[in-house]
Amino acid sequence: MSKREVSFTVNGAAHTVSVYPMERLLDVLRCKLGLTGTKEGCGEGECGSCSVLMNGELVNSCLVPVLQAEGATIGTIEGLAGESGLHPVQQAFLKCGGAQCGICTPGMVMATVHLLGHTPAPTMEQVREGLGGNLCRCTGYTRIFNAVLEAAGSQK
Amino acid sequence: MPIAGGTELMVQYGAGKLGARKLVSLWGLPELRSIESSEHDVLIGAGCTYTDLRNDPVVAQQFPLLARAAAWTGSIANQNRGTLGGNIVNGSPAADSLPALMVYEAELLLASSRGTRRMPYVDFHTGYKQNNLAADEIIRAIALQPRFAAYYSYTRKVGTRNAQAIAKLCLAGLGKISGNRIEDVRLAIGSMAVTPVRLRKTEEILLGRPWSAALISEARQALEAEVAPIDDIRSTALYRLHVAGNLLQEFLEGLFA
Repeated sequence: MSKREVSFTVNGAAHTVSVYPMERLLDVLRCKLGLTGTKEGCGEGECGSCSVLMNGELVNSCLVPVLQAEGATIGTIEGLAGESGLHPVQQAFLKCGGAQCGICTPGMVMATVHLLGHTPAPTMEQVREGLGGNLCRCTGYTRIFNAVLEAAGSQK
Repeated sequence: MPIAGGTELMVQYGAGKLGARKLVSLWGLPELRSIESSEHDVLIGAGCTYTDLRNDPVVAQQFPLLARAAAWTGSIANQNRGTLGGNIVNGSPAADSLPALMVYEAELLLASSRGTRRMPYVDFHTGYKQNNLAADEIIRAIALQPRFAAYYSYTRKVGTRNAQAIAKLCLAGLGKISGNRIEDVRLAIGSMAVTPVRLRKTEEILLGRPWSAALISEARQALEAEVAPIDDIRSTALYRLHVAGNLLQEFLEGLFA
């Protein structure tokens, strides 16, 4: 397989990269663009550490062959904080202690942004479902779920 | 080999276990991503994701078993990428949506440069991850007849966790009572044998029968005689048989309630 050019937008900036078509979007983000906030946990779509938004939809970037990102709008953890500071979801995770070792945190935050985009005032059940694909081995989830509810409240 | 959402093939590819050396991406083809109602059928494009299935009002109203199976497949991220056609071709015996397709008696539209043919879904799987798809064919769409809205419908997945966990067992059932007797019944089970299976002999025992305690035990025996349960890392054959009987009983109690 030979390399080809793939163009997409990441966090508002246009990029054209020379890649093998079956490279993982995760690797292109981390190694080609230096966006190492997106983590690799399992590499099998089970843990959600590599969660990013692709055209507004939550996806596991370890399972996206980069050719399928041609023309896409990608959002990663690095794109959330603005000039005025952290994103409200990041603020809520900070306030509620929703992170320990931090490997799952970018994915948890991206899944939360996706959830609140679709369901601005989620029930606890909806929070559990929305983050069901994101595994955390430290927190026991309670503080993460509290952070999601806190973020939902702060966005009202 | 075609690749759509990659939720299965990217895992195999990453592990070096994907036999195919040439891949063609079907992701993003609008022709495969629509859900259309015609006079006799609802045609679900094979590239529809689980999220598409969950969000479609016709699926929710006419095929609630499919909507529910879509909702407990993988996680939200997997539902945004995994496709119904991919789930069928991959043919995991534990796939969540396949028992629902069996009880709705889905037909598959198989397309190649030679044209399109229809195949009852129940005839598609021939063995563990083996199927009747020709090398040059793809699944174009899944055709479902919207005639089950008045049926009692039941499905239950038994697994270790709601999201992500692969089923130890999944039963889908449709039934209709007329004058205290079972007028029509369809049952299919996933994660039990090497392919999803329709429980035709159990259905035969149930047809035309009124509620009785004897019926429950006869049906459980028929089910146990009909299936060849697997032992694997997720569960044992013995557990599967016992729980399948429990699910069947729960279905019947709901049907007659």
